[in-house]
Amino acid sequence: MSVIIDEEQCTGCGNCVDSCPYGAIELENNKATVLPNCNLCGVCIDNCPLKAISLERDKESGEKIDLSQYKGVWVIAEHYKQIVHKVAFQLLGKGRELSNLLDSTLTFVILGANFDEKLGDFSEYGMDEIIYVKSPILKDYYSDLYVKVISELIEEHKPEIILIGATPTGRDFAPRVAKRLHAGLTADCTGLDINPETKNLLQTRPTFGGNIMATIRTPFSRPQMATVRPGVFKALKKIKKEVPVKVIDYKFTAKDTVSKIIKIINTSKSTVNLEDAKIIVAGGRGVGSKENFKLIEDLAKALGAEIGGSRITVELNWVDPDRQIGQTGKTVSPKLYIACGISGAVQHIVGMENSDVIVAINKDPNAPIFGFAHYGIVGNLNDIIPLLIEEINKLNLNKE
Amino acid sequence: MKIFVCVKQVPGVSEVKIDPKTNTLVREGILSILNPNDRNAIELALTLKEKYTTEVIALSMGPPQAEEILREALAMGVDKAFLLTDRAFAGADTLATSYTLALAIKKILKESNPEEKYLIICGAQAVDGDTGQVPPELAEELKIPQVAYVLNVELTEKKIIAERKFRAVEIVVIETTLPALISVLNDINEPRYPSIAGIMKAHNLEIVHLDAVALNADTSKIGLNGSSTEVWKIFIPERKGDRVILRGTIEEVIQNLCQNLKDDKVL
Ligand SMILES: Cc1cc2nc3c(=O)[nH]c(=O)nc-3n(C[C@H](O)[C@H](O)[C@H](O)COP(=O)(O)OP(=O)(O)OC[C@H]3O[C@@H](n4cnc5c(N)ncnc54)[C@H](O)[C@@H]3O)c2cc1C
Ligand SMILES: Nc1ncnc2c1ncn2[C@@H]1O[C@H](COP(=O)(O)O)[C@@H](O)[C@H]1O
Repeated sequence: MSVIIDEEQCTGCGNCVDSCPYGAIELENNKATVLPNCNLCGVCIDNCPLKAISLERDKESGEKIDLSQYKGVWVIAEHYKQIVHKVAFQLLGKGRELSNLLDSTLTFVILGANFDEKLGDFSEYGMDEIIYVKSPILKDYYSDLYVKVISELIEEHKPEIILIGATPTGRDFAPRVAKRLHAGLTADCTGLDINPETKNLLQTRPTFGGNIMATIRTPFSRPQMATVRPGVFKALKKIKKEVPVKVIDYKFTAKDTVSKIIKIINTSKSTVNLEDAKIIVAGGRGVGSKENFKLIEDLAKALGAEIGGSRITVELNWVDPDRQIGQTGKTVSPKLYIACGISGAVQHIVGMENSDVIVAINKDPNAPIFGFAHYGIVGNLNDIIPLLIEEINKLNLNKE
Repeated sequence: MKIFVCVKQVPGVSEVKIDPKTNTLVREGILSILNPNDRNAIELALTLKEKYTTEVIALSMGPPQAEEILREALAMGVDKAFLLTDRAFAGADTLATSYTLALAIKKILKESNPEEKYLIICGAQAVDGDTGQVPPELAEELKIPQVAYVLNVELTEKKIIAERKFRAVEIVVIETTLPALISVLNDINEPRYPSIAGIMKAHNLEIVHLDAVALNADTSKIGLNGSSTEVWKIFIPERKGDRVILRGTIEEVIQNLCQNLKDDKVL
């Protein structure tokens, strides 16, 4: 496998040289040449205006599997304290779309204890079938038990596509399952689609810190697995529906896990649920000080909103850690997101770009946040926010 | 006891910018760096070494230039460094990378003491691909337990007790048997800088190169051949906002904003 440059086509324009994140292309005699440190990432291919670069695969090696045996879309749920993480329902929304495109079925898979009574609620999210694996020990999450059960289920039922939440738990078991089955897994997808010709799953995800999007496919192996961040897709409207449920009473042996949970420590006083907030007012370094964060709080109060912050504000202790939004914090998708004094670094953007309406207040007209905002206000937040609060209070009064 | 630290050379991506005119990456001044989380992994290994008798070995799979980051690991105080480098490794996805790293670990153990207990420390994720999939896949390949996003770890002869960060505000304390693999985020510690003496010493240490033949690798499991996923298309993310900058006096702007938000039915 290698990157091939068509020397006839190449004009030595150098676009590929600039585009390569690894510095692995040089111009030699006015022709692009690929150096040994090429990582085959493919960024150069799309950057060549003359389409002179291509990726050449070696002759297919290894045994081929019969892809047609694999059918159906699965969503694997996770839960904590008996509450199912809502990313599973969001994935059912997307899963429905994919299974319709493939003319196949959508299955919801849950491993746990004491969910018998809840199965009726789950059935309202549009799946065709539920598989419920039950055992008292599955009340908590154990990496090795999840990997064992899920791998066995996949080998038995051969689903074509598997969607898992990109949560700390999903990111823990999904790769092990993929490895055990030698299946391709794409992390943190923000887009999923079906190639109309090949029927392959097209998995789009940000790479290089969100600066580039890559669409990944898994053409020669099955299942095609993807993890997806919470908040990227939307759950379907609930519908009353009878769904067949397969309950599997799983008997584990002591050998099945070598790990033991000793205890769970809660490190926070408050429990905020930013993921469910309808409106979020977020402050960044531009707010200036912990005291001045009062402005953000007041605006949030006027709007009935939750407060969020960029990472720096958490590091400066202006905001609680569980209110951090972004790559290493939460992914949110409220109806309204107001970013105050936030520059709009990609690590922040990936956590909030799916909000319905984004408002940015920043004094720097060139701040990247304006590229993501639906409404931008260039100016000093200390002048703007108090007036904005006044205006909103007026509106609230009119409503009453 | 041995501690293996897996480290990766990555482009300094936070500096990667897109030129809006040509839509290409602006690579000026981008350096290849030691993946930030891996620096924390090295730091943890070295702190553990202060308390327990163990040898710290750094491993990297990458092009010959990845010697630089291994040199840096040695300068920080790592005892030995191995570079898994071969054209045949290029294009590896996480399945192929974890297979290759596992082969090297097995080889190193076999050539010293196959019965010796070990701990593998990885960064939780690398900033280029940013998948975080290599550590669990490596643990699976070696059939050992793993604990991800570890904040603190205690070692005994046969076991580890690890604190795992879970859901931003919760910590799960997990006990598991050695050998094991853990991965760390950057909030676990403050990595040390190499000392001058460390840099001098590292300069003279050998970095052992291992290629596909030395690892006795199955060629269908390495590099692009061993990868299930492949990049189909690369593009520059489109910006979602409409870039509507509201203009006028502050009062006008606020009126305008509130009207828009009402029209959008979010107020
Ligand atoms: C691996 C990694 C993970 C990360 N994860 C996250 C994450 O999860 N979440 C996150 O947020 N960040 C994250 N970051 C950090 C991110 O790169 C940025 O550093 C951070 O988001 C910047 O925060 P900020 O916008 O508040 O501050 P700054 O970038 O300092 O921006 C402050 C902004 O405020 C404006 N301003 C200043 N004064 C005023 C005023 N009076 N009125 C109006 N505007 C004003 C300025 O013009 C500026 O644009 C991560 C970084 C890395 C490397
Ligand atoms: N090529 C590699 N060589 C050594 N370690 C690696 C390599 N790729 C990934 N790792 C390890 O796996 C971690 C997560 O990487 P990733 O799965 O690519 O996000 C890194 O922080 C490293 O510890």
